[in-house]
Amino acid sequence: MARLVRTLSRGPLHVVIIVLALTWMLPTAGLLITSFRTPQDVAHSGWWTVFEHPFNFTRYSLENYRTVIEKKGMGQAFLNSLKISIPGTIIPVMLAAFAAYAFAWMKFPYRKTLFLIVVALLVVPLQMTFIPILTIFKQLHLGGTLPGIWLAHTGYGLPLTVYLLHNFIAGLPSELFDSASIDGASPLQAFFRLVIPLSIPAIASVIIFQFLWVWNDLLVALMYLGGTPNVAPVTLKVANLVGSRGQDWELLTAAAFVSMALPLIVFFSLQRYFVRGILAGSVKG
Amino acid sequence: MALGIFFKRKRGYFLLRTGRLQPWLFIGPALLLLSFFLVYPSIHTTVLSFFGRPYSAGAEGFIGVENYKHFFTDRSMLTAFRNNALWVVIFTTFTVCFGLMFATLLDRVRYEKIIKAIVFIPMAISMVGASVIWKFVYAFRPAGANQVGLLNAIVVFFGGKPVGWLIERPWINNWCLIIVGIWIWTGFCMVILSAAYKNIPRELMEAARIDGASEWQVFWRIILPILKPTVAVVTTTMIVFVLKIFDIVYVMTNGNFSTEVIANRMYKEMFSFYRYGRASAIAVVLLLLIIPVMLFNIRRFREQETVR
Repeated sequence: MARLVRTLSRGPLHVVIIVLALTWMLPTAGLLITSFRTPQDVAHSGWWTVFEHPFNFTRYSLENYRTVIEKKGMGQAFLNSLKISIPGTIIPVMLAAFAAYAFAWMKFPYRKTLFLIVVALLVVPLQMTFIPILTIFKQLHLGGTLPGIWLAHTGYGLPLTVYLLHNFIAGLPSELFDSASIDGASPLQAFFRLVIPLSIPAIASVIIFQFLWVWNDLLVALMYLGGTPNVAPVTLKVANLVGSRGQDWELLTAAAFVSMALPLIVFFSLQRYFVRGILAGSVKG
Repeated sequence: MALGIFFKRKRGYFLLRTGRLQPWLFIGPALLLLSFFLVYPSIHTTVLSFFGRPYSAGAEGFIGVENYKHFFTDRSMLTAFRNNALWVVIFTTFTVCFGLMFATLLDRVRYEKIIKAIVFIPMAISMVGASVIWKFVYAFRPAGANQVGLLNAIVVFFGGKPVGWLIERPWINNWCLIIVGIWIWTGFCMVILSAAYKNIPRELMEAARIDGASEWQVFWRIILPILKPTVAVVTTTMIVFVLKIFDIVYVMTNGNFSTEVIANRMYKEMFSFYRYGRASAIAVVLLLLIIPVMLFNIRRFREQETVR
């Protein structure tokens, strides 16, 4: 009896939470459902009307996905996003791991000052950098090229990746390096045999955050790849579709979902690293 | 700072013995790229902000603070400024309050994890994707036609007239854009505040309840004071982020109908008008707005460190 009263008195709490959660899901659900409906249906009725005949599968199709992937270039854009994001993640994380290791365990002049400067660069909004770099990129013919945007994402990603990896690598026990140097291991060997294997959890989080940051980025792509459609990533492609096909919701929703698929897979498969990575990455300029 | 919850351990004091050159080989590439992509451009942009257009041809040359004057007097610039202020106040208040509410309420139910995942998912997708999702929610058809946008369908269902959510200036459309931001970033605030909430000793709350405190009192007198430092950090992180807001506005309205924001204005100055001097001045102002918030954040973070 007492338990029943308690459960009932908590009724409003459950209602509030569940209503809020449903509200949060509703917009995404609408997107997903619409992307499977026919253009005629989408133009004439709201997506919620599918619940009048939820199992009438003749009303759903993959046609929209075929159209956006093959005809609207989302397939190519997806590949472009991979071509941008994978090197745009590996290069900065690798360079950051090297730098973080040196900052944490090596002796050299201005070690602390340099590290402080690197971290202080977190404050700089990317907007501060666009005009001079665009000018140089133009001269070097790096504008609209993959290497150009890899370098840009590396430069922009380094302050945070160095900082995060430094926090972790500096926390490794010093006895480890003590015994390694007694055994005659060089700093480089210590790096590859000790530091990297022991830092895997930290590196995994940093990789995930940097990958998602690059994958979801619009601004940097707009700046450095904006004028070259054949290398445009999914974000740029979807943004352009919104401009050109603003009312074709069946196409826009399918295209948007193509752009979200990979981040969602990463989210559901690596949730723990993912949350840690996103939280850490949120302070990025 | 959000950074703080990442792996932080006590540092060793021991340093490796290396050759003189070796450390520089390790940090060299990183320093080089940082100088090229962040240090040098920041200086150059600051210089550019005192020059007219076109800088390279030197037609207007040095014009002093003219670009900054423009920033604070031009009408579209002032609109952008006002909207950024609106974003800072509304976006920050709601993300932090919703985050706090979810953190507190979800601790009391068994299906906490699922709800948290639902609220956090928008953080995973791009802001472009989120903008498409919401543009569809806000879709508008003239009265009489079948509404395909969820919000107008609800309005019409209750007998109202359909609203052009993204066109009605200046309050409705700006609110509608800010709601998209809130939808994305509440998950972030929730996760950080929830982590702090779980660290509050349970006995504290239990003792207060036994003494007859209501849940409301427990929240205001115990939970909130303890969470205060975390709330401050989350708040400042949100402010820094939202000062630079760009993607949502660019995709949904491109700053039309009085929804302009500072970062989008800069993009237009660059690519629509090629006024690099003005664009540079905008970037510098953005930096100047961010620095004090960041300093506050770092000080706060340090205080927390010493308390621990």
